[in-house]
Amino acid sequence: MAKREIPEVNAGSMADIAFLLLIFFLVTTTMDSDTGLARLLPPIQDAPVDDKTPPIKERNVFTVLVNSNDQLLVEGKPMRMERLTEATKEFIENPRNAENLPEKKATDVQFFGTVEVGKGVISLQNDRGTTYQTYLMVQNELQRAYTELRQDLAKKRFKKDYLDLDKDEQSAIREVYPQRISEAEPKNIGK
Amino acid sequence: MAKFRKKKSGGQQAINTASLPDIVFMLLFFFMVSTTMKETDLKVTVRPAQATEIEKLERKELATFIYVGVPAKSFQSLYGSEPRIQLNDQFATVDDIQSYIAQARDAMKESDQPKMITSIKADKECSMGIITDIKQALRKAAALKIIYSANEMAK
Repeated sequence: MAKREIPEVNAGSMADIAFLLLIFFLVTTTMDSDTGLARLLPPIQDAPVDDKTPPIKERNVFTVLVNSNDQLLVEGKPMRMERLTEATKEFIENPRNAENLPEKKATDVQFFGTVEVGKGVISLQNDRGTTYQTYLMVQNELQRAYTELRQDLAKKRFKKDYLDLDKDEQSAIREVYPQRISEAEPKNIGK
Repeated sequence: MAKFRKKKSGGQQAINTASLPDIVFMLLFFFMVSTTMKETDLKVTVRPAQATEIEKLERKELATFIYVGVPAKSFQSLYGSEPRIQLNDQFATVDDIQSYIAQARDAMKESDQPKMITSIKADKECSMGIITDIKQALRKAAALKIIYSANEMAK
């Protein structure tokens, strides 16, 4: 019996179909990937705070105020945004053990042995009239101070980028430079 | 001796289009993979703020979005030109946030609920007053992980 010939399927319209789909996805696509500054809000406090906890010493607090004209007041002095990162780094690190900068506490940290960890807390307060961009920039500059310090330490200790370290090493570095940014309960300042 | 005959001139040869579907399919797959469907229509204008220390929102299904901005032109007669909050597809007030968060949390898988993250997409010019209110509402709703949406700052 003669082999029956299988007729070839005409694939000429395949391109048309694919084009149709392509155009559909071209139109519906939005390529924005979501990026932003991640933050953790403090849990709400229902009960009034008991006053038995000792207040944080003045030298351990780095106050950053932002008024409704988007001006910064850092530790009682006006400051430009560009200087904020440097000032924050100095506050966190306290390289010369200055009297007015945060105290340190010897702590055992993995990989590092005993290190002096600063007890500094950054307190951020903003007015209701502050623009969002300015507020975000302040957050950004504070974050940058921590990122740069951690990066420097990673380079010095592990000779690698902070982001390339494994989990334990990262958390060890985070212990040396713990991020403590506290945001005050909202109130109106600098009206 | 001229044995060379001139090649038949005229009449362009057809280009082989057999690989055209392959090319188109390649493009198609690229767009299919990179696409994210638009889920909500923005009724407020959000010009994203800028920052340098940004992180990527890794798992979108964990995120709940809150949009803040001035209502779009066509809504201004109804909602005014002060920054407003948009949840899902409609304008809302700060008081609605708690139920919105609770709803979003219920819709999530139970194992994912503690990892829930709230993305605040606010216009860069809007004032912190409304953002502070939102933050207070989120604290009350126990949605403490937030991400301030921002784009990479142009150098």
